[in-house]
Amino acid sequence: MNSFAENLFDEDDKVKASNVVVEGKVDIRHGPILYMEDVSVSFDGFKALNKLSLFIDAGELRCMIGPNGAGKTTMMDVITGKTKPDTGSVFFGQTIDLLEMDEPAIAQAGICRKFQKPSVFDALSVFENLELALKTNKGAWKTLFFRLTGEQRDRIGEVMETVGLTALAHSRAGILSHGQKQWLEIGMLLMQEPKVMLVDEPIAGMTHQEIERTAELLLSLQGERSLVVVEHDMEFVRSIARKVTVLHEGSVLTEGTMDEVQNDPRVIQVYLGG
Amino acid sequence: MKLLTLATQDKTCATVLMVLAAVTFIIPLCNLLTPADSPLHFSAYTVSLVGKYLTFALLGMSLDLVWGYCGILALGHGAFFALGGYAMGMYLMRQIGTRGVYGDPLLPDFMVFLNWKELPWYWFGFDNFGFAMLMVVLAPGALAFVFGWLAFRSRVTGVYLSIITQALTYALLLAFFRNEMGFGGNNGLTDFKDILGFNIQSENVRSVLFFLSGLALIIAFLLCRWITNTKLGRVVTAIRDQESRVRFLGYRVEMFKLWIFVFAAMLAGVAGALYVPQVGIINPSEFTPLNSLEIVVWVAMGGRGTLYGAIIGAVVVNFSKTVLTGLMPDAWLFILGGLFVVITVLLPDGIVGLMRRNIRSKQA
Repeated sequence: MNSFAENLFDEDDKVKASNVVVEGKVDIRHGPILYMEDVSVSFDGFKALNKLSLFIDAGELRCMIGPNGAGKTTMMDVITGKTKPDTGSVFFGQTIDLLEMDEPAIAQAGICRKFQKPSVFDALSVFENLELALKTNKGAWKTLFFRLTGEQRDRIGEVMETVGLTALAHSRAGILSHGQKQWLEIGMLLMQEPKVMLVDEPIAGMTHQEIERTAELLLSLQGERSLVVVEHDMEFVRSIARKVTVLHEGSVLTEGTMDEVQNDPRVIQVYLGG
Repeated sequence: MKLLTLATQDKTCATVLMVLAAVTFIIPLCNLLTPADSPLHFSAYTVSLVGKYLTFALLGMSLDLVWGYCGILALGHGAFFALGGYAMGMYLMRQIGTRGVYGDPLLPDFMVFLNWKELPWYWFGFDNFGFAMLMVVLAPGALAFVFGWLAFRSRVTGVYLSIITQALTYALLLAFFRNEMGFGGNNGLTDFKDILGFNIQSENVRSVLFFLSGLALIIAFLLCRWITNTKLGRVVTAIRDQESRVRFLGYRVEMFKLWIFVFAAMLAGVAGALYVPQVGIINPSEFTPLNSLEIVVWVAMGGRGTLYGAIIGAVVVNFSKTVLTGLMPDAWLFILGGLFVVITVLLPDGIVGLMRRNIRSKQA
């Protein structure tokens, strides 16, 4: 049954005939991997999200822009389980209801997040930070007796190479520059082997070269993973975006290519103030 | 063996171990082998006093695991120490047998005095040393488990958690004061005679108890060192620094907190069990919130998050307490409070931090 079910999801042609729900598997038969429908969140009367509906396709790289307070970070909070919405539904694939899960469960299911303020563990080394993020059994006893396998060690090495921190493997993360912390956190995301990466302002504090490398890295990840990137830097967004979503006052203002979006009179009004 | 190799890799840790081993072996041996007038002789008083410090050091270290490594400022840690002590006390009470004032073969004196006819169910089994020792770790562990499960799952943190831990130990204080609880009320358990058939007052037994306290401290130190060096130790440190980030990495933070909290409570229970036969009494005053606050002062004074800092702090503060309460009994609490303020303001890393700074400035 299990292997049959796995085949079912891997081979498109067999899928049509069936609507079997497979426990713990992300069902992306209809394309989108992340569904948000009519999600509203309010804090003390302020509507941070207002009937937000958003669909992210499997393997897509989506950029989100919008003025401050548009609800970008709240949206990520809802997806990752930090904030429970007042109304609406959030699904991972067709079948996994994210509103019924807490943060660790969502993270283990494969939705990982880089925070706006780089959040690495200053007291631990670069290597140890990545080791903590490594996708593995994360129960307390299992963690106590955890030993890195050679394969996992290589994987950490690879990721350190990718994010350019190999030379700093045993330095405390606290001494890293702002840009390096951003990279480390991106590395931690990679260690988790997520299906969806939510990346909040990845290039703040980075030099020009670092920004270019970040763009390359994010672009190389799409396809295999879905990415949602929130960024204020329009030039950066232009360099990576296929599709851009503009948020305004807690809902989607418009979606499209960068050119379409930038020429949309409503977007211009929101950004320049009308 | 692995614990030992791990410990000796680090110079400070090896030094700590050597000092502990020296104290553990030399003091009881000097007490037993040298004549009373020899300059190398330690009196029975010194042995039980230092023995008491060793159990405090173990208690302080267990709090350091919770506070220094996991960032949970538990202000009720003394409750686990007292529970371990009561478990030991119950065993010692049942060893008295017919030698009590009332000579009842089964019931301890205070129960006869209260006109109780039979032993309460929770006193069963405590005549068995093995069972009692199991309870020494299980009773504090179970309390920590239930309390931690409720508190950590509802994500009670920071000041709120500190306050409810104080409330926990205060509630236990009130409960143990009641005669109806069956733990001897405000007199507690005392007048112990034997432990495993040996006279608890004898110098040999006191030396053995001292030795066991030292040994327990050494083993616990190695165990804590090992734990803090595992991945679990690193997750716990990460929780201390950025709790919510750890959740987004897929770790169930509450389970890790619970694990470390229960383990520390068990260590505290062992410390309590070693303390009681050396001081000869356990009563509800061990549950006073002030006692738990003192443990925090030891750890802060020694230096948080180092394990040996807690040992140093516990010994230094308690030695000062012994000396100063002799000289100026009323001033001690003010001195303790003053110490805490001075440390918080001037020495955030405690004595250990000061030593490290000195070493570094000498090297530079």
